[in-house]
Amino acid sequence: MASNGRSSAEAMLCIINYGSGNIAAISNICRREKLPYFIAGNPEELGQGTHFLLPGVGAFDPTMETLETSGMLLALEDEVHGKNKPVLGICVGMQLLADGSDEGERPGLGWIAGNVRRIDTRNLNRPPHLPHMGWNSVDVAQQHPLLDGIDAAHGFYFLHSYFFDVARKEDVLATVDYGGELPCVVGHKRCLGAQFHPEKSHSNGIRLISNFAQWA
Amino acid sequence: MLRSRIVPYLLLRGKGLVKTQKFTDAKYVGDPINAVKIFNEKKVDELSIFDIEATSKDRAPDFDLLRDIAAECRMPLCYGGGIRDAETAARIIGLGYEKTSISAAALDNPKLISDVATRVGTQSTVVTVDVRSDGLFGGHTLYSHNAKRKRSIDLFAFIVEAQERGAGEVIVNSIDRDGMMQGYDLELARRVRDMLTIPLSFVGGAGSTEDLATLVDEIGPVGAGAGSFFVFNGRYRAVLISYARPPKYKLNKN
Repeated sequence: MASNGRSSAEAMLCIINYGSGNIAAISNICRREKLPYFIAGNPEELGQGTHFLLPGVGAFDPTMETLETSGMLLALEDEVHGKNKPVLGICVGMQLLADGSDEGERPGLGWIAGNVRRIDTRNLNRPPHLPHMGWNSVDVAQQHPLLDGIDAAHGFYFLHSYFFDVARKEDVLATVDYGGELPCVVGHKRCLGAQFHPEKSHSNGIRLISNFAQWA
Repeated sequence: MLRSRIVPYLLLRGKGLVKTQKFTDAKYVGDPINAVKIFNEKKVDELSIFDIEATSKDRAPDFDLLRDIAAECRMPLCYGGGIRDAETAARIIGLGYEKTSISAAALDNPKLISDVATRVGTQSTVVTVDVRSDGLFGGHTLYSHNAKRKRSIDLFAFIVEAQERGAGEVIVNSIDRDGMMQGYDLELARRVRDMLTIPLSFVGGAGSTEDLATLVDEIGPVGAGAGSFFVFNGRYRAVLISYARPPKYKLNKN
């Protein structure tokens, strides 16, 4: 377990480490922003966290499979649903919160209703089509502490071909315009998700991660 | 609205950064970690790092150095150089790189593109082509191994195959414009844009924000790459890491 040494009653961000590559960048931001955090590699450690970050890069099925085989899935479920602690999924980590994905065969966690689908490019009037790659502005659908102080026009860095088609409109916190209005920040109760890469989105990304760590 | 990406291209040789002209005359330009720190502060759109020795010396990527670079980096990263199998590509992604680029090995064995795409996902699979324009006849020839090995593969057929095999981006690197700072090969950029639907980046020739703006206006949203323009300053090519976006360019709604 790695930690930056700050302690006690305040928030303690727990980054779930199941082999996803963006952990170093996320921890780097936590250190820089003096957000107390640790990286958890086994289920016993999760109890010390107050907020959980679920990163992810890659395809749906292998990511789901590594989370399951890491043994941390059940522990995370207990923390989030048993103890009502918040979780933020990033990129494929967010897609795991869905019921399932067109990209894979495995069921998702089902913590936010809806399915992950391939982006429909028929309304894009020129290439490039997929993947959706680069900096895009976002539109805030409803105010949420996670989005406090975010410069929506500047937006975030996106890199994906699939999006979370959420079932309940009230679970959409922000959208991105790419061949249609795609949910890019989602939230249901204590479960939040971001399709873009906050750890690679400079000021906006740092702000979003800090907002999450301070979400009461 | 999706914006074009203005991307510094850094060349690794050993533990240091160099910059070339026409793929030769490598000049030392500094320490990669230091450059990343500067680009963090400049809030760069994306950063590409290529190890120009790995393939020609037939060695693996320098994973330790790449890990240190990624840990410091707060912008999206692409790495290329010496990736010959899907396992190595996955290892690079595991270090915190969003994208891995293959080039020489994909020319040897195009199936590698499918293998990498299956392993790390299309969005992280980049194919880079080093291209020399053959003057009079408007032809384009593919090269590898720092432009030392000429390849008898048709550029356009190859990039179409790369897209079909699951590449999520093609980077076109103009050998004859490298380090010359006299503008991109726009003719080539247009031809490539008309052939593919995946994201593209071009590097080789950018010498001013106008050059970046011209490429973006012509075929954006696109990745507009630059090496010399972001590491040199003035006509005597003094080393100065900097970053600039075009002051004004069309926002191409795609």
